[in-house]
Amino acid sequence: MNVLLDHLPEFREGFLGTLAITAASAVLALVLGILIAGFRVSPIPPLRAFGTAWVTLLRNTPLTLLFLIAFFVIPQIFFSGTSPFVLAMGALGCYTSSFVCEAVRSGINTVPLGQAEAARSLGMTFSQTLRMIVLPQATRTVLPPLSSIFIALTKNSAIAGAFSVTELFSVSKLLSDKGYAIGWIFLWIALAYLVITFTISGAFRLLERRLEVAR
Amino acid sequence: MSSSVLYDAPGPKARIRNRIFSVVGALAVLGIVVYAVLRLDAKGQFEPEMWNIFNNAGVRTNIRDGVLTTLKVFALAAVLSLALGALLAVGRLSDHKPVRWFATGFIELFRAVPLLITIYSLWLLFLTYKSELGFSGDGTAFWALVIGLTIYNGSVQAEVLRAGINAVPKGQREAAYALGMSKTQVMVTVLIPQAVRAMLPTIISQLVVTLKDTSLGFVITYEELLYSLQQMAGNIVVNDENPYFPMIVVGGVIYIAMCMALSALATWIERRGRRTKTGIPVADAAQPLAAGDAVDLTTTDAPGGKTD
Repeated sequence: MNVLLDHLPEFREGFLGTLAITAASAVLALVLGILIAGFRVSPIPPLRAFGTAWVTLLRNTPLTLLFLIAFFVIPQIFFSGTSPFVLAMGALGCYTSSFVCEAVRSGINTVPLGQAEAARSLGMTFSQTLRMIVLPQATRTVLPPLSSIFIALTKNSAIAGAFSVTELFSVSKLLSDKGYAIGWIFLWIALAYLVITFTISGAFRLLERRLEVAR
Repeated sequence: MSSSVLYDAPGPKARIRNRIFSVVGALAVLGIVVYAVLRLDAKGQFEPEMWNIFNNAGVRTNIRDGVLTTLKVFALAAVLSLALGALLAVGRLSDHKPVRWFATGFIELFRAVPLLITIYSLWLLFLTYKSELGFSGDGTAFWALVIGLTIYNGSVQAEVLRAGINAVPKGQREAAYALGMSKTQVMVTVLIPQAVRAMLPTIISQLVVTLKDTSLGFVITYEELLYSLQQMAGNIVVNDENPYFPMIVVGGVIYIAMCMALSALATWIERRGRRTKTGIPVADAAQPLAAGDAVDLTTTDAPGGKTD
């Protein structure tokens, strides 16, 4: 019981750390995911192949393995001396982007055929059709799966704690090393995650209601 | 390939433009790959000696042992999580309020907490009461991993099964009751078999998640595939460099092969299920994969439907 009161600063830091890593990788995943979804429906075969390979590889790889790559291989190739936060964000963002891509792609498929046909008959190009007609309409159907994806992302961010990023899991490790009962730590950490995931699903439900239109 | 509605079948001009984009796109991807390869080469990751480590009998035995322990954890966790999932699903649909509340609370709690934290807490708990619980050797880590995976995936499987049971047409249940079957009989002989059949692709896709999550054993130093790969990469030194790249390539290929085999099974079952006409739609194979491993309650309630 006293764990929370005695170590409020640590808990707060961990909570903010989880929020930060989740938000940062969510943005990365969203940008990458939409881009790759665009690749996958584009008329250019190499980009399509790249998109398919990206999704297949990342969806079938354990996230822990991606973290290993990010922390042990990437610094050798590209940016040595990058902070753990950025590396963890890269691993989480890339992993999640493959799920975002599939959600967006199935969302694109739900937009009525006539919309794209009408856009084309107006002489719009592929990128114009996608940007101005299809994606805005796909947004509505993509929201519910995106909400689940971001909830999963929040929970996956715990792995970053095992790779020296300060967040809730690293806090629970720190405090259990100090000899506090794991039961109470678990309960408080669980509560913190519940707060975050409920906020996410609530925010998405609000967004859905806002964007709802009769079709 | 001109079947997409997003763009026309390309004319002569567009074909040339597409070809230019193709070349530029391919070159860009190739450029990144070549740069990565050059950098890795400069670090000596492509030296024959670096890859020669796989000719070492010890390394091969370690990898084989890693695959076997991973599969052992997966097999046990898969069976247990399916059993727990069935139990929890029935509990959630029970007529007795306390049972229903307990099952609901259990599912909600363990689905919301990151699996890693559940496993880690179990591990510490088991370590603390090691002698009382009669663990020896790496039994603590093994059971923490298995039980953690079981609890989490059992909760998810319970929701999948519940969605399946709710998708069975009401007439089935009514007919069974009309024949004088008891509540248990209706559940066991009528509802669950049909729910399992409809949800089999989703269930197997969730098993892929279970398989991937066995790699969390890495964090609690359980010797599954990822952990042994990392240990080897950290301990072996070839030309003053650690063979992280070769180890990760080999490990990645093994993981991807195992997961894709399972996913292929799910897709195959989905396609088979579509052929027969029972009135119960068979779920998409990629459903829980696409939705990450957390499924929002509202979306599982009505597969494919809108929330609320």
